[in-house]
Amino acid sequence: MGVGITVEHLNAFYGKTQALFDINIAVQANHATALIGPSGCGKSTFIRCLNRMHETIPEARVDGMVRIGEFSVYNGTSATQLRRRVGMVFQKPNPFPTMSIYDNVAAGLKLNGFRNRKQLDEIVQKSLHSSALWDEVKDSLHKKSGASLSGGQQQRLCIARALAVQPEVLLMDEPCSALDPISTGKIEELIFQLKEQYTIVIVTHNMQQAARVAEFTGFFLLGKMIEFDKTEKVFTNPSDKRTEDYVTGRFG
Amino acid sequence: MRTRFQQQMEELRERLLRMGGLAELAVDRATQAYTERDLTRCQLVLENESLINAAEREIDELAFDILATQQPAAVDLRFILAVTKINADLERVGDQAVNIAERVMDLIELPEVELPVDIPRMASAVSAMVRRSLESFVEGKAELAQAVLEMDHVVDRMRDEAFIVLVRIMNEQPQVTQQALDALLVARNLERVADHATNIAEDVIFWVLGADVRHHAQAASVAPRPEATGT
Repeated sequence: MGVGITVEHLNAFYGKTQALFDINIAVQANHATALIGPSGCGKSTFIRCLNRMHETIPEARVDGMVRIGEFSVYNGTSATQLRRRVGMVFQKPNPFPTMSIYDNVAAGLKLNGFRNRKQLDEIVQKSLHSSALWDEVKDSLHKKSGASLSGGQQQRLCIARALAVQPEVLLMDEPCSALDPISTGKIEELIFQLKEQYTIVIVTHNMQQAARVAEFTGFFLLGKMIEFDKTEKVFTNPSDKRTEDYVTGRFG
Repeated sequence: MRTRFQQQMEELRERLLRMGGLAELAVDRATQAYTERDLTRCQLVLENESLINAAEREIDELAFDILATQQPAAVDLRFILAVTKINADLERVGDQAVNIAERVMDLIELPEVELPVDIPRMASAVSAMVRRSLESFVEGKAELAQAVLEMDHVVDRMRDEAFIVLVRIMNEQPQVTQQALDALLVARNLERVADHATNIAEDVIFWVLGADVRHHAQAASVAPRPEATGT
């Protein structure tokens, strides 16, 4: 089951440059929350603060509080342990190119010490079912590499890989940007189903996608969270004029 | 398949049908109240108006949300636009039922008189139009809607005949002017209900065929579209 995410007074910096300013947000468990905003507004920085991926960038730092469920992300928790609970899918599908489909999905499990073949088989199958890829690849799990799949299939493979370690939260950073409309539709349908078991946070440049898939939407601008509300409200009667200007295409 | 979108569209359809049921019931109750001089039925019509009004707000809100969040296109867009318009017409049907009920409540206070106008027959024709317009929505069939359009002139003629007769009565028998005037207003209310049923039928044709047949414009054809073939 998914868990909620609480963010309080989060500030993020790249060296001396401040990228996020006093972000406060409560993401509801088992819901999809979309983050929208123009390029450079800080939404990808924010999402990477949730699983400490920003730490991979030199001189990046944060202050503030982030809680995933009951545990604090920045209070002594190991980043590896955190990223088991908080999976991530990136804009460009990135399956391990030399590994088979099976090994791609099982990679995280094996790194965590799973050796039981039967258990691995079950989890791989379940994960590929969850990402709506099983029927398309079940006869070539060990024969085909991850890289041999189409773009949309690769992205679903990456989702299966993230789900295999049974996270509670799934972060998606523009997961459909590199995909065609049909594949995008399949991923969006998948998000709708995955909410039953996971908490999903999705960054997207595509406002219409945010409107279609998410129950809650947050609008970022220049590193600040301008508005966070139910998606219907943001797209029918936003509280802040800047939000309205953005969703109506007056800027951005 | 867009599961969430389809669920929302189905909810919109069901809400509109429930509202249609309420509006149809209101008209039937009001006209039965006229025929039977039944105060209880009048009161039921007045009490249930708030349900129709609440339904109108909820349907508009849901339609608005779907338009904002799902970017419907083509037939789905036409469906939602048609629903919002049908919604408004059904609410007005409810209002007309209230008007009829209020007229009946006046009439019950007055001595009963025999008037040479067949309001029950007119009411029956109007109820049939409302029912069939909603059936055309349920079935998604333009030809059913077209049949409703063709019934409207019959009701218009009934209203015109009632007007002529009742004005003559008022001139010849001034002591029953109030009753005649009430009956005339009921006939007018019924004719307005028929107009709303016509509007609903026109909106169904717009949804199903994409044709705007308002104000007597003709659709190229109201025959069912052939099933799409191809990949």
